[in-house]
Amino acid sequence: METVKNHFFSDMGVMLGRSMRHVFRSMDTIVTVCVTPIAMMLLFVYVFGGAIQTGMDNYVNYLLPGILLIAIASGVAYTSYRLFLDKQRGIIERFHSMPIARSSVLWGHVLTSLVSNALSLVVIILVALLMGFRSSAGLLPWLAVVGILALFTLALTWVAAIAGLSAKTVEGASAFSYPLIFLPFISSAFVPTDSMPTVVRVFAENQPVTSIVEAIRALLADQPVGNEIWTALAWCVGIMLVAYIFAIRAYKRGV
Amino acid sequence: MTNNSIQVKGLQKSYKQHQVLKGVDFEVEQGSIFALLGSNGAGKTTAVKILTTLLKPDSGSVTVNGFDVATRPDHVRQAISLTGQFAAVDEILTGRENLVMIAKLRHLKNPRQVADDMLKRFGLTDAADRRASTYSGGMRRRLDIALSIVGKPQIIFLDEPTTGLDPEARIEVWKIVKELADGGTTIFLTTQYLEEAEQLADRIAILHEGRIIANGTLQELKKLFPQAKKEYVEKQSTLEEIFLAIIGNKEAV
Ligand SMILES: Nc1ncnc2c1ncn2[C@@H]1O[C@H](COP(=O)(O)OP(=O)(O)OP(=O)(O)O)[C@@H](O)[C@H]1O
Ligand SMILES: [Mg+2]
Repeated sequence: METVKNHFFSDMGVMLGRSMRHVFRSMDTIVTVCVTPIAMMLLFVYVFGGAIQTGMDNYVNYLLPGILLIAIASGVAYTSYRLFLDKQRGIIERFHSMPIARSSVLWGHVLTSLVSNALSLVVIILVALLMGFRSSAGLLPWLAVVGILALFTLALTWVAAIAGLSAKTVEGASAFSYPLIFLPFISSAFVPTDSMPTVVRVFAENQPVTSIVEAIRALLADQPVGNEIWTALAWCVGIMLVAYIFAIRAYKRGV
Repeated sequence: MTNNSIQVKGLQKSYKQHQVLKGVDFEVEQGSIFALLGSNGAGKTTAVKILTTLLKPDSGSVTVNGFDVATRPDHVRQAISLTGQFAAVDEILTGRENLVMIAKLRHLKNPRQVADDMLKRFGLTDAADRRASTYSGGMRRRLDIALSIVGKPQIIFLDEPTTGLDPEARIEVWKIVKELADGGTTIFLTTQYLEEAEQLADRIAILHEGRIIANGTLQELKKLFPQAKKEYVEKQSTLEEIFLAIIGNKEAV
């Protein structure tokens, strides 16, 4: 038992190395994850943007946080996909019949999700810079942004893990991400919520994306973040904990 | 007391209401080859998963290498390795990378050297740096078995190791299994092919409708074969005939 525990980090390192190889050998997945958010950004900035009143003079600045969340929501679908394949092909069983720390298999996938989503986000931010995105924020607010995005990625990755571990088909493994990708549209990510009908507005203002988007937006604009950041963090941590519990349960049941 | 690597007593397992194993008993002597024979859905894979700590038994006692699978799974895992029914190789990695990965997970001193040796031993050197997804079924199975014996486990489980292979690849796998057994490894294999059990196994157990309906050496099983044999004295009965005869008898009762 002790020997197994002591090896947790080296085992997880091997698992991380393995699934990072998967990511780098299918760079198309990173490209796929980037293409849709970038296309949306182009569409909203150059087609709809002129007609949208946000109270900010730079619409790219307004839009970017929501675009980043959409990218994460579609990026985690690959984690779900990779976990599903590992389960289906008996790779998880092979690992589990070996004297290694069992959870290292899952954590390898989770860390890979963090790294590959970070890569996609960097690409999208670079494109946004070309399109006129500017931030006056210093190091500290940027670090806070990175922290929130990492927490959001972790939270959705655990949701993805539930889907990947309990899915019966490949399609099922990634279907969960469609509603997640849709969520930013009913939030303040693209347009301020004031113009929405009451019912929609109440939903939009109280769902996680709005608080997260507004916290990131304020941080990047170097403005006071107020309570939004605490609401955003609470959402991220809350989703993460609940999803983690269910994912671990699915993991133990499934194999 | 003989030296048993595996001891199974009164093993039961159900999936929901569907009872798959209804009280299975057998023992596997250290260093021997044991074949568990059964048709589709007999519960072979279920038995293997319980023996390799992947599934929990509902009742009965299962001991592998002296440790109970339910209470000391970590100790069991130190001694075993599993080659599942469907080759579990990482298709995106190359053959070499697959081997290095497993060697690292087994915390061996020199993973690259281990991988090189295995590649040579299994005739995969030329394909070493190609992705496993480009391998033929036979190569994939060889890699799969190679992955299982990295780190020299004492007990190896092979679940239908030759299903889906052509005759040549099958004979190749048989050769590997025999070599392993000669080296002192205990081998537990499942198969639907009677010929395979006949070729390889020191002892054969037939799993049918949740129970072991026959268990013995090939010679012992042949004695179980009913009188009809006398009419064909010159012809050795094959395991297939014995199998069908035993199953037929059970179902007639
Ligand atoms: N996870 C599961 N849930 C429900 N039923 C299952 C599950 N796994 C197996 N079964 C059922 O249990 C029975 C035994 O399955 P098992 O896979 O152990 O058979 P097998 O002897 O390995 O068959 P095969 O030769 O086809 O591999 C089958 O009827 C199968 O449908
Ligand atoms: Mg089977």
